[in-house]
Amino acid sequence: MEFAREKASLDIQGLTLSYAGKPALKDLTLRIPRNKVTAFIGPSGCGKSTLLRSLNRLHDLNEDVTREGSIHLEGHDIHDPRVSVAELRRRVGMVFQAPNPFPMSIYENVAFGLRLQGRMSKRRIDDVVEWALKSAALWDEVKGRLRASAWSLSGGQQQRLVIARTLAVEPEVLLLDEPASALDPISTLKIEELIRTLKPHLTLVLVTHNMQQAARVSDYTAYLHNGELVEYGPTDTLFTHPRLRRTENYITGRMVG
Amino acid sequence: MEITSDTHSQHISRQFNHELEELKTHLMAMGGLVEKQVQDAVSALLDGDSELAERVVDNDRAVNDMQIKIDDECTRVLARRQPAASDLRLVLAVIRAASDLERIGDEASKIARNAIDLVESNSGSKGFVEVRNISEHVRRMVRDSLTSFARFDTELALEVMQEDDRVDSEYQSAMRSLMTFMMEDARSISPVLGIMWVLRALERIGDHANNLAEYVIYLVKGLDIRHTDPDDLDQDMINSPKT
Repeated sequence: MEFAREKASLDIQGLTLSYAGKPALKDLTLRIPRNKVTAFIGPSGCGKSTLLRSLNRLHDLNEDVTREGSIHLEGHDIHDPRVSVAELRRRVGMVFQAPNPFPMSIYENVAFGLRLQGRMSKRRIDDVVEWALKSAALWDEVKGRLRASAWSLSGGQQQRLVIARTLAVEPEVLLLDEPASALDPISTLKIEELIRTLKPHLTLVLVTHNMQQAARVSDYTAYLHNGELVEYGPTDTLFTHPRLRRTENYITGRMVG
Repeated sequence: MEITSDTHSQHISRQFNHELEELKTHLMAMGGLVEKQVQDAVSALLDGDSELAERVVDNDRAVNDMQIKIDDECTRVLARRQPAASDLRLVLAVIRAASDLERIGDEASKIARNAIDLVESNSGSKGFVEVRNISEHVRRMVRDSLTSFARFDTELALEVMQEDDRVDSEYQSAMRSLMTFMMEDARSISPVLGIMWVLRALERIGDHANNLAEYVIYLVKGLDIRHTDPDDLDQDMINSPKT
């Protein structure tokens, strides 16, 4: 499936990534559309998390990783030497499987990134914290106890706090690596609903083992296997009549033959 | 991606294989009963056997029960397995097919009720030739549509759909000749109207068999060809080799 370049937020061309010479991603080419949810699915070790982490250069510090091919964010090469990695990671935020709030108050967690960015008035920070917590659908639950420790929140609330912390610096892309796999079903549904409400504001990329979750929240789904992109298409098509037998076997739980 | 009749027995969960297999088995059992109902209803009419006709009317309840049972099973599979892709298409096709089979059962029971009336009024055999002729076509359509479902045979499904066009035109010409009977002899109006209802029911059975054939295409190919003129269908696409 091909998106026009101007509709793509991320444009991945011929991306090959190897760990110590062993290829983990093999010549991937795909475009990720703006203001949509794109899900990466596939068995463990298929490369979906590796691909997600490439999108904000989380492999930079690993000297064993070598890369070929390119990734463009809004038309600009993210590996261009002039690109600041800190700025890239502000624009492309990431949320991990286990919620990882900082050991500080709810308020300070969200304000953290803003303070890093430099001078901002107290009132301005208050406004952004409130906006970010509202955007993450957490405000109503925490507005009376913003000074309480982030650790006092439930797992699901912590995950939404982490999303609020990411949203506070106004990213263009939000990468979600199994964001709900450690959460109970109700908290999971809240995260999924949050993903839906964020869509008009940014581009979301989701890695999940939960096929039904990919089917519920994503607009497009990419199926990866052994570091290759097997099938990429509208989620509706992939889950009703996939083009390839390999995809069908995976999403319907058949023996891989 | 095209699937085959053993596609649904390759899941890692053998219990799931079993559940899907059961759906197909129960649909085929229902199909077998419905086929027999149509055959018995037509025989009852042509042989003037009102006892057989009564049995057909009674048996309709068994057909209805089978539909409810199949619907229940499909609901359970949807709720517990959240099937996707060809599994989802199988469940949807079975639900739809069971509904069409139930309607065929209703038509068979209408034919049987008309047979009872016609036997009682002792009205001769006007229109029997047309009934015999069309019923043979229609029964073959039902049989072939069920076979194509059991074997996931899209070519046979397409043949059923073409047969439906022929039945429709035979039905039209039968109606015209029965109309002539009624104009020639006013006393024949009542029995000939009965025959017309029977032909109408047979024609509807053909339409339901046609629907079954369409579900086979949907099931195997993922193409929804309802409300498409058979002449407009891209035969190459439907008969394309497996990818």
